[in-house]
Amino acid sequence: MQTSRLRAFSAGFMSIVPLMPGVIPFAMICGVTAIKAGLSPQAAMGMSLIVFAGASQLAVIQLLAAGALPLVIFFTAVIINLRFAMYSASLAPYFQHLPKRWRWPLAYLLTDQGYAMTINHYLSDKPTADTHRHWFYFGTGIAMWGAWQPGTAAGILLGSTIPASWSLDFAIPLTFMALLIPGLRDRPTLVAALVGGGVAVLAAGLPFNLGLVLAAVSGIAAGLAAETLMQRREG
Amino acid sequence: MGISLSSAGLWLLILLIGLGTFALRLSFIHFWGRIELPQIVHRALRFIPAAVLAALVLPALIRPEGAIDLSLHNLRLIAGLLAAVVAMLTRNVLFTLAAGMAALWLLQALVGGA
Repeated sequence: MQTSRLRAFSAGFMSIVPLMPGVIPFAMICGVTAIKAGLSPQAAMGMSLIVFAGASQLAVIQLLAAGALPLVIFFTAVIINLRFAMYSASLAPYFQHLPKRWRWPLAYLLTDQGYAMTINHYLSDKPTADTHRHWFYFGTGIAMWGAWQPGTAAGILLGSTIPASWSLDFAIPLTFMALLIPGLRDRPTLVAALVGGGVAVLAAGLPFNLGLVLAAVSGIAAGLAAETLMQRREG
Repeated sequence: MGISLSSAGLWLLILLIGLGTFALRLSFIHFWGRIELPQIVHRALRFIPAAVLAALVLPALIRPEGAIDLSLHNLRLIAGLLAAVVAMLTRNVLFTLAAGMAALWLLQALVGGA
């Protein structure tokens, strides 16, 4: 009993380890830019601990530096993080048996990478036994948190940027791509990806990262439509 | 540059953003089973990863500088396509990362040296 929990936890934890070259520089960039924008080290670290969502943290830092209205900053951050509600919906069926003392910490630990690794694992041929499934996700969450917070702290302490010529920011889309491609199992999923990606490219100019939300909704709708069409053709 | 908010105001803003983000993360995880969701929502769930991940990836490859760039000058697109092939062949995150980063550095070195 204990060992299968530990096994699920370490499998989740280890699934995040290959992503570290993308995660740690991103966390460091968040720390460095917060200091450059004039945040105190305490506020920079506090934001990383309380918000724990890199893309929105970077947007907040940029808007704070530009002197934007707090209300605008708040809504921008929440809109950028709307995708977490989609991840939450996607994972919810797997956590429905858990009490609040599990659900709430698991929700706090939700990230892009943790979600992607977890859902790939749950949909794979060899997922963890139902009762221990949340331990895999918990492992991804602890790994992400354990990389993110020291990474931010290192960025705050260093206070100097990683040379832009290293292009380490490119590791982030590469990570997402490596997670996307194995998940393209059938034609409706492929349609969802093509429409989601295509709309995101066309709508990238929209303010507040709204293009991402629009693209996700379009992609999901296209996937549903493709699935319905295929079922009608077969039925 | 410079933050016009007071220290207390900044902490309040950070706290509110944290609470808003937590509410989004918790939303469906908390209410699942307590509210009945329509069948279409259940069917839609499996398309979320493909749609969102593609939406995060493609703009970073096709609009790296902001404008749509499908030319050979877009080194990130070339490196990304190469990484996509490696991802298809190996299904391995680390190999994909290594191939994409190595390709970008090599291309940058070649273009920079020209």
